Amino acid sequence: MATKKKWEYSPAPESKQPAAIASRYELFINGKWVKPTSSNYFSSINPATEEKLSEIATASEADVNKAVQASRQAYEKYWKKMAPAERAKYIFRIARIMQERARELAVTETLDGGKPIRESRDFDIPTAANHFFYYAGWADKLDFAFPNKKANSLGVAGQITPWNFPLLLAAWKIAPALATGNTVVLKPAETTSLTTLKLAAIIQEADLPPGVVNVITGAGQTGAWLTQHKDIDKIAFTGSTEVGRIIQRTLAGSHKKLTLELGGKGANIIFEDAPIDQAVEGVINGIFFNQGHVCCAGSRLYVQESIAKKFVQKLKDRISTLLVGDPMDKNTDVGAINSAQQLKTIQAYIKIGKAEGADFFESDCTLPQKGFFCRPSLFTNVAQSNRIAQEEIFGPVLCILTFRTDDEVIEKANNSPYGLSAGIWTDKGSRIFNISKQIRAGVIWANTYNLFDPTSPFGGYKESGFGREGGLQGLQPYVQFVKP
Amino acid sequence: MAKQSRLEVWKTYKNYVGGQFPRTESGRSYAVKNAMGKTIANVCQSSRKDVRDGVSAARSAWSAWNNRSGFNRGQILYRIAEMLEGRKKQLSDLLVTQGYTAAAATQEINRSTDRLIYYAGWCDKYQSLFSAVNPVASAHYNFSVPESMGVVGMLAPANASLLGVVSLMAPCIAGGNTCLILADQEKPLAAVSFAEVLHSADVPGGVVNILTGYQQELIDWISSHVDVNAMVCFDQEKADWQKIQEIGAGHIKRTFQWNAKQLATAAGQSPYFIMDLQEIKTTWHPIQTIGGKGGAY
Amino acid sequence: MTFKKPVFNAQILNHPPVEQTGVEERTVRFTKRSIKGPSKMQGLLMVLSMIDLTTLEGKDTPGKVNQLCTKAVHLHDQVPGLPTVAAICVYPSMVSIAKKALKGSSIKVASVATAFPSGQTSLRIKLADTRLAVEDGADEVDMVISRGKFLAGEYAYVFDEIASVKEVCGTARLKVILETGELGTLDQVRKASSIAIAAGADFIKTSTGKIQPAATLPVTLVMLETIRDHYHKTGKKVGMKPAGGISKSKLALHYLVMVKETLGDVWLDKHWFRFGASSLANDVLMQVAKETMGNYQSPAYFSID
Repeated sequence: MATKKKWEYSPAPESKQPAAIASRYELFINGKWVKPTSSNYFSSINPATEEKLSEIATASEADVNKAVQASRQAYEKYWKKMAPAERAKYIFRIARIMQERARELAVTETLDGGKPIRESRDFDIPTAANHFFYYAGWADKLDFAFPNKKANSLGVAGQITPWNFPLLLAAWKIAPALATGNTVVLKPAETTSLTTLKLAAIIQEADLPPGVVNVITGAGQTGAWLTQHKDIDKIAFTGSTEVGRIIQRTLAGSHKKLTLELGGKGANIIFEDAPIDQAVEGVINGIFFNQGHVCCAGSRLYVQESIAKKFVQKLKDRISTLLVGDPMDKNTDVGAINSAQQLKTIQAYIKIGKAEGADFFESDCTLPQKGFFCRPSLFTNVAQSNRIAQEEIFGPVLCILTFRTDDEVIEKANNSPYGLSAGIWTDKGSRIFNISKQIRAGVIWANTYNLFDPTSPFGGYKESGFGREGGLQGLQPYVQFVKP
Repeated sequence: MAKQSRLEVWKTYKNYVGGQFPRTESGRSYAVKNAMGKTIANVCQSSRKDVRDGVSAARSAWSAWNNRSGFNRGQILYRIAEMLEGRKKQLSDLLVTQGYTAAAATQEINRSTDRLIYYAGWCDKYQSLFSAVNPVASAHYNFSVPESMGVVGMLAPANASLLGVVSLMAPCIAGGNTCLILADQEKPLAAVSFAEVLHSADVPGGVVNILTGYQQELIDWISSHVDVNAMVCFDQEKADWQKIQEIGAGHIKRTFQWNAKQLATAAGQSPYFIMDLQEIKTTWHPIQTIGGKGGAY
Repeated sequence: MTFKKPVFNAQILNHPPVEQTGVEERTVRFTKRSIKGPSKMQGLLMVLSMIDLTTLEGKDTPGKVNQLCTKAVHLHDQVPGLPTVAAICVYPSMVSIAKKALKGSSIKVASVATAFPSGQTSLRIKLADTRLAVEDGADEVDMVISRGKFLAGEYAYVFDEIASVKEVCGTARLKVILETGELGTLDQVRKASSIAIAAGADFIKTSTGKIQPAATLPVTLVMLETIRDHYHKTGKKVGMKPAGGISKSKLALHYLVMVKETLGDVWLDKHWFRFGASSLANDVLMQVAKETMGNYQSPAYFSID
């Protein structure tokens, strides 16, 4: 062979054009797009380029009241009375339109949130649509879901979603609420409102009765007004444990039912008899999926000492092959950090980890000049007492600890206020059953990691929250039992 | 002087913690009175340190209790019922002393015994009923099962001295949890004596812990205890409920309010009370797809 | 280069287990890589240069082999600057024909041997078969392992057989065909790869092309990972050759993605990676022509030999 040129992937950017983002978005209340009473708008930017994408209405308390009122009216007037099978058909319609507009939604999600287009295209959007499809089917089968009980709807559900999986979590919230006969007022995270607003447009296109779903945009204060509202029967929140506490306190003594899906510090445990190469992939997927902005990320890696050196080397090799950069490039593995603020938080933790004496390794990839980016990295020589091993970093930073025995790793894995997820990698079936039973976490991935499915309940133990989303168990947070 | 009757031996009522009957560490007590206002006993006025000890006993007992088979927990609950049946007379007398009519006392004890048997039967069944195999769309086996929450703080209701305690405790421990129960402040004697039943019924020490005292003094300490995973109270005191939830929010405590009016009815028992105190755990594992028709690798 | 025949050491059988679903998830990721523009052209040319153009049929004749050799040298002269394929792969009886036809080119002649494809004969005959091919000028020998012995747990036998063949090969490079479609699981593929590498294979190869399934992305990934682990342990490189079932250029590019991301760019060379294929070349050529001329092509314009 003559001149040998290294084979690099040429840029393969997805077109922005299908996103069709409007220059301004209003509030979606009672089936209509209405201007905020405050006349205030905030900018939504593309975290990969720092360019402004659109401006979005800030809902005031009066707007929140209007939305709740519309939702209450829709509940009493239409949704509560509607035959469940008809309710189901509306939800199926939403799922179908989401599938039809998948490309638009995927491109918008990536532009707005910074996640790789491969992830929004292959995971976020299809899973969101599937969630509607799954719960649609439940609407007229609730009598089978709870033995010896009749399940009634609650009324108006106030829902608050985070910025890491904007559309997917809107689906996780709206789909079961509607299927069980509740109406909804939803507030998306302010940095990533666009796909939720597009979902509102889809709901409008699906011709749902006005007010059944309302979307109000704004920052934390808007959410606070929603949780404090007297005429809300249910709050579902996904976000930080810190805000979860405030919401739980706000709701204390009220009749409002509450679901919290909060933080995590997932233990991913690698035994010496693990399928090593698949475990490496599982660890990579566990911490670098969505730039590590995942509440169930496998951010605490426990490797059995006998294989630690070899395993860490394999991880480092693999990290070096990750393609970091433009989220719109179809080959990008790790995209942009969601916001300047989050990038600052991650960088602060990296500094803390170094100060704590842990050994730091990061990919040698070059980062784009503009936008919020962070190299995938890991810490070795980490102790349970280090802050980086205890606190949720919510970024592409892995902490690696070692262990010697099963008992030791069970104890260490449970040694956390959180309890959302865990991974176990071993070839021994009986060990999987034992460890998965002993670990106090809501989702256990054995010989795999970070998988989600509409049929599979998701939610935490301890300070990772309560209530489940997904599956049969995901219905219960939205119903009250009455005598059969 | 008439012929002297034999002097009665009075009973000292103590807390039940970790399978033992300690006095409150505070050395305090308060008088329990009958309907006529006459003191019938001095019981422990437990302190925050008794709460601490009770939670710690419950936590120590939890893992082994949780790991027992459902069948075994059922055997023990059934044994409690047997022992309670045997102590009918003692407990009935106590309830009467505290203002129950004889008929009401008998009914309360019978209901309590029957409720224990009801839950004894659930110990190895609710798991099947509330578990699921979830048909995920990838090559994975995925199932969800209920698991105990851990340590549960429980406030006994007024006016159901025994049945209230049993209705709290039974679904809680049937599901593999351990508990710390604050007995009814006014009528705690049946609850404390019920501890003796538990003690003689092979219930491992620490699985159930019962304190007497002033609920208002102790609610804060239980609700704020970080190692208490869940709290259950009845819907009698709105203020208490609010306080429990507010304080519990500090570490995302699960809180439940059960209906006191239903206690003596069929609706006072249900597997859904067991399920209130369960977490759902979902486990994934890959399925190899080599072999079989259409299989290839 | 002298080959010192190694001794079987049961330790090579200790390999980490392989989780099939995880392997498949990983290979799906390779197929999601979008190879466009210059990287596509570069990749396609690389594929062409890595092909072992193959004819392995009972009805093979000198005529057929001569035609195939012509194709190997003149892939598609309408597009200037194309590479040639890496090698021609034939039965031992055709080696001298191919050798003559390819004289003056840099194209290697590979010969299957060892009672291809079943391998069901004695070691003596297998060695004679190999010797014949090498004496006739084969640059490369593609042997098959004794799958029956392997599945019966006679790993030392399989190992010794490979080592003995390697000894007879002399300077010819030895490709060891595992026939993964008969091994049953990916764990077995991993084990067979380890044995072949330890016994002295220069290349490990998936399939004879006579058994289904032949090469697949998951099987190839497991073999590449075995090569990688061996390299990290010993510093010695081993080549990889998926064979059978790769007939489309898009799939071939995904194989290259897999090689690049598993072993690195060093392996993206015909010295370390080959495709065993007969119809792949024309599909790649059609893609190259499309990239060059801009319009989609018809098979009628691409010679079949």
